[in-house]
Amino acid sequence: MNTQHESAQWVDAGPVDAIPSPGARRLPTAHGDIAVVRTGSGAVYAIGDRCPHKGGPLSQGMVFGERVQCPLHGLVVDLASGRAVAPDSGAVAVHPVRVDNGRILVGLTPQSAAAPCDGGCACAQAA
Amino acid sequence: MKEKLILVGNGMAGVRVVEELLALAPDKYEIAVFGEEPHGNYNRILLSHVLSGEKRFADTVLNDRAWYTARGIRLETGCKVVAINRARRQVIAADGTIAGYDKLLLATGARPTMMPLPGGHLFGVMSFRNVAEVEAMLDLARPGRRAVVVGGGLLGLEAAWGLKQRGMNVTVVHLMDRLMERQLDAPAAALLRRSLEARGIAVELGAETQGFTGTQQVEAVRLRDGRTLPADLAVVAIGIRPNVELAQQSGIHCQRGIVVNHAMQTYDPRVYAVGECVEHAGNTYGLVAPLFRQAKVAANHLAGLGHARYEDQPLATKLKITGIDLYSAGNFTGGEGCEELVMEDPCRGVYKKLVIRDDRLVGALLYGDTTNETWYYDLMRDGSDVSELRPSLLHGHGHLGDAGHSGAVAVAGMPDDTEVCGCNGVTKGMIVKAITDKGLFTLEEVRAHTKASASCGSCTGKVEQILAFTLGGDYSPAPQEKPLCTCTEHTHAEVRAAIREQHLTTIPETMRFLDWKTPDGCPKCRPALNYYLISTWPGEAEDDPQSRTHNERVHANIQNDGTYSVVPRTWGGLTNAKELRVVADLAEKYNVPVKVTGGQRLAIPFIKKEDLPKVWATLNEHDMLSGFAYGKAVRSVKSCVGKGLCRFGTQDSLGLGIRIEKEFWGAWTPHKFKLGVSGCPRNCAEATIKDFGIVGVDSGWELHVGGTCGVRVRATDLLCKVATDDEAIEHAAAFLQLYREEGWYLERSSAWIERVGLPYVKKRVLDDAAARQTLAERFRYAQRFAQVDPWQARAGLGSSADRPDHEYASLEVVEAAA
Ligand code: SRM
Ligand SMILES: Cc1cc2nc3c(=O)[nH]c(=O)nc-3n(C[C@H](O)[C@H](O)[C@H](O)COP(=O)(O)OP(=O)(O)OC[C@H]3O[C@@H](n4cnc5c(N)ncnc54)[C@H](O)[C@@H]3O)c2cc1C
Ligand code: SF4
Ligand code: FES
Repeated sequence: MNTQHESAQWVDAGPVDAIPSPGARRLPTAHGDIAVVRTGSGAVYAIGDRCPHKGGPLSQGMVFGERVQCPLHGLVVDLASGRAVAPDSGAVAVHPVRVDNGRILVGLTPQSAAAPCDGGCACAQAA
Repeated sequence: MKEKLILVGNGMAGVRVVEELLALAPDKYEIAVFGEEPHGNYNRILLSHVLSGEKRFADTVLNDRAWYTARGIRLETGCKVVAINRARRQVIAADGTIAGYDKLLLATGARPTMMPLPGGHLFGVMSFRNVAEVEAMLDLARPGRRAVVVGGGLLGLEAAWGLKQRGMNVTVVHLMDRLMERQLDAPAAALLRRSLEARGIAVELGAETQGFTGTQQVEAVRLRDGRTLPADLAVVAIGIRPNVELAQQSGIHCQRGIVVNHAMQTYDPRVYAVGECVEHAGNTYGLVAPLFRQAKVAANHLAGLGHARYEDQPLATKLKITGIDLYSAGNFTGGEGCEELVMEDPCRGVYKKLVIRDDRLVGALLYGDTTNETWYYDLMRDGSDVSELRPSLLHGHGHLGDAGHSGAVAVAGMPDDTEVCGCNGVTKGMIVKAITDKGLFTLEEVRAHTKASASCGSCTGKVEQILAFTLGGDYSPAPQEKPLCTCTEHTHAEVRAAIREQHLTTIPETMRFLDWKTPDGCPKCRPALNYYLISTWPGEAEDDPQSRTHNERVHANIQNDGTYSVVPRTWGGLTNAKELRVVADLAEKYNVPVKVTGGQRLAIPFIKKEDLPKVWATLNEHDMLSGFAYGKAVRSVKSCVGKGLCRFGTQDSLGLGIRIEKEFWGAWTPHKFKLGVSGCPRNCAEATIKDFGIVGVDSGWELHVGGTCGVRVRATDLLCKVATDDEAIEHAAAFLQLYREEGWYLERSSAWIERVGLPYVKKRVLDDAAARQTLAERFRYAQRFAQVDPWQARAGLGSSADRPDHEYASLEVVEAAA
């Protein structure tokens, strides 16, 4: 949870029950899509929805542990850091998120930035 | 009084003679053994694994000191015999020991060939033959240091691999233009080179070593072309020479090796010789299998039985580098009067070559897939006529491979005289007899009693299977197969068995029962568990959408731009104006093209996720169901027009295709399952590359199984012929159900058949009509729950306002909230 952000930047993305646990949904915003992910342990994360590899929609991936796997070529992103899990590389933006009264609040300003993958990994070859 | 037997050379061949002799005539001799090395007898072959760190020296010991003591054998270690006084029948050792004999056995082995090259004496230049040398190498092997191996034969490559495993930077320098030229032809050698390079081992071919540089310690290897390769360690493995020094000095006739007759007797009738030191009929030796056969013969004569004869058999070589499967036997280069059968699959890294002369198999070279080596070896050794087998020879038969579980069935059908352990010449019959007669229970016991798998170890899997087969339910082998994924220790087989036996019906329950290491698995195990649960407990286990791969979860194929393609069923590939109109209207509405698929269907691509339910609703209105083009499921039934239209048609392939598709659709399978029905052997529906293919003939249908033309191409195997449509369907259902119940997740039917063997499939689906009906019945029962159109269940679901929790809707920013 990040409290440095002003409340004006937080948006309500609906009830937390709208997302299966584990599961994910796409949240379209004016600044691009955000993947809102709920893990099996009940934690909620919000990350940029474009895979660092070739832009695959992470909101459509399989959620396991505190990770999500891109549906296109299988890159795995660590939800807390936004970083791709080795042997892949790159990162997606991580957005602050909190659950308030059963509703999901997402901060639109990311707390960490995206980075492309270096193309040398297994998923790049699968593309 | 006992006669005196002296063995000179406490190595693999010599001690084997003693063992065989003790079994035949335990009390005939008072035995003394002289060995130059300071150890008991150890398995030299395994030095490669000691070097790589896969085994410790202790694991290689074959006969420790206690073994000799227990049998009253005098053992002199670190004791080199320097002379034989044949007139007095005495051996004289370097330390002055003198011992008398009635019979003498020479088994002095071979010595590495060393080149008389400048710098050959430098510290750090060594050969690879015994424990002392391995220890010296390990002293110098440090991660990041450089090793150069001179010689790209079996020994050199195993040295290179071992040093690489120890973290060294390794280069192999080889004089010839291909690796292991005595065992491999050019294509196989090229594949091997690629695999080695992929493992980080550099290979220099056509490179002649000129010498070693350095002051005291080796610093570099110099090549003829002027290059120098820096080296902290240089291993020379360019060949071996029979160790004949002692025999020669004692006046025993030697050429390249100590010359022996068919009884392993030298020119002095009191003196026998076995092992790498001998020359028999002009041949010398470098692998243990022939030496152990020599040992049997020598023991037979020493025991006074006197009837065994040594004769050469084809030699087989395997390379002991983890992950590289290579087998070479007999004459693989062909030549006058030889024909070659060759199969290459560069994608899988598989190459097979079989050499045939006069309808007999005389050579086999297998790279990447050595499953059928035993079978080939038997055919070769027995000189069997292979003309009948020829069409399928390259594919092998459902014979026993090395791979863990896969042979359980093949073991059952294996003839008793099939050689299982090539090193020790142990047949299946001998193993079974030892297990039953002596009441053996473990692999170690079988090893101890029969020697099977005691040498190079590559047949361990087979021996375990025979043990398991012979003991029935009493034996559980060491896990051979890999765990399903890193979340668990359990294999696919174990997971399936637990689900069945413990009646597990949910993923969390299964994970708990099997001590999963992760809280909710991973994308590898969850889809597998989900499949195993729903296929084992139809109507009971609930499908878990979150454990489905993306396409299966959303019932469409995601495309590279994040849109989806929609492929409805066109039963048997037949469509009509009404259906075409529906598809055309949709294409127009969404402004997308229509693609005719490889499976005789129409694909509507570029549909956005949120539009999928609407598209499906329209299709459903016109009775068009999901084609499951996204699933590990029954796909299309590709059909040709058949006798209703075609002038050659012998059967109504279209009719049968449609009927099968209507009965089979909706079934989930370990991997995709495709069918094809052709009306005559011209086979326009390409049925013989389908998982299940049906081909019409005058008298009915031929049923074919296990084809694919995906990543790898495999033509089907013929299952049987049937007369009627009903029979065809019953056989197809039984086959499909067997695959559904016993295939591993993501194992295509082709791979499954290769694992379990066609004879097994025939046994289950053909031999017993009642069993077939039961399988088909179980399939029909499962279909009651499976034939629910997933599109219909989701059609019409639109915006998040209708169904906020629905997969196809995005979340929305709720403006007025909070
Ligand atoms: C649509 C189609 C290509 C076409 O435009 O014709 C197609 C499209 C795809 N195939 Fe295929 N295959 C199509 C016919 C084939 C065929 C030909 C056939 O069925 O006669 C084959 C080889 C035959 C076979 O399976 O033995 C084929 C072998 C594969 C394979 C390799 C399977 C294998 O075991 O080696 C894959 C990968 C996989 O399944 O893991 C694959 C995977 C795919 C996927 C689903 C890739 C994916 O996972 O997303 C493709 C979806 C593309 C998309 O965006 O829609 N596709 N695919 C064909 C649909 C047939 C249908 O109507 O159902
Ligand atoms: C690293 C390595 C890997 C191998 N891998 C394989 C494989 O995978 N498959 C395979 O089939 N084969 C393999 N071999 C070959 C196999 O080990 C030999 O064929 C086998 O050991 C030869 O047996 P032997 O008894 O003739 O000789 P050895 O086992 O060498 O025994 C001879 C013994 O005699 C002793 N000796 C010699 N002269 C005297 C003397 N004057 N007085 C006293 N003692 C003496 C020597 O010190 C030695 O201990 C490998 C060999 C090595 C080195
Ligand atoms: S062959 Fe199949 S998987 Fe490959 S691009 Fe074509 S449709 Fe896609
Ligand atoms: S786009 Fe995500 S792995 Fe390729």
